[in-house]
Amino acid sequence: MTEQFNKNDCAEFQSRLPELIGAGEDLSRHAHIQSCELCRALLADLETIAEAARQLLPAVEPPDEIWRHIESAIQDKSS
Amino acid sequence: MTQEAFLQLHRKIATFRGDSAFSTWLHRLAINVVLMQLRKKGLSLISLDEAMEPAQDEGPGRGFGTQDPTLTGAIDRLALERAVADLPAGYRLIFILHDVEGFEHNEIASMLDCSIGNSKSQLHKARLKLRETLRKPFPPESQT
Repeated sequence: MTEQFNKNDCAEFQSRLPELIGAGEDLSRHAHIQSCELCRALLADLETIAEAARQLLPAVEPPDEIWRHIESAIQDKSS
Repeated sequence: MTQEAFLQLHRKIATFRGDSAFSTWLHRLAINVVLMQLRKKGLSLISLDEAMEPAQDEGPGRGFGTQDPTLTGAIDRLALERAVADLPAGYRLIFILHDVEGFEHNEIASMLDCSIGNSKSQLHKARLKLRETLRKPFPPESQT
């Protein structure tokens, strides 16, 4: 496939990207993505970042005593 | 802060009207607790509105027209954590809520009192900014 793009096409496409991505559309079939290597690379990077972000959620369990403290603080405030 | 959030929940539970999901309402309450704690500590804190629209020089560069290398393969977790920590506050907040914690744009809009379009736009800018940061080589002092 011929890699043809110009800055105006890219600017126009990229200005619509937040909405297109936010709508959950499959952009791999988008005409501009199929013809523009730069925007294809950009999209791949953004997907890689979003994928990697899912690993960042810390599995932190609150310490056992937190619930005792909360219960005691609620009782103090209620009395 | 977890304790303070639960105390606030105890105080405010009667004001929950069910307009949004309970998790969204609770998250908003927790965000307010964190903001209040930061204010009490006297840290210079920008408002949520300011955080939502960082200064021009903090925003991402334009992606088109550049032939810079792309991110290849998996992103190093530590590098991503550093890059997220360096994001402007508003970008970081929306990135964490959406991409890390999995909230939807409509939930984030409700939590942060912004439009859904604004949430999508800020998330996109956050990802662009992260891409920009992650494509830079590590500074020598951070290489181990």
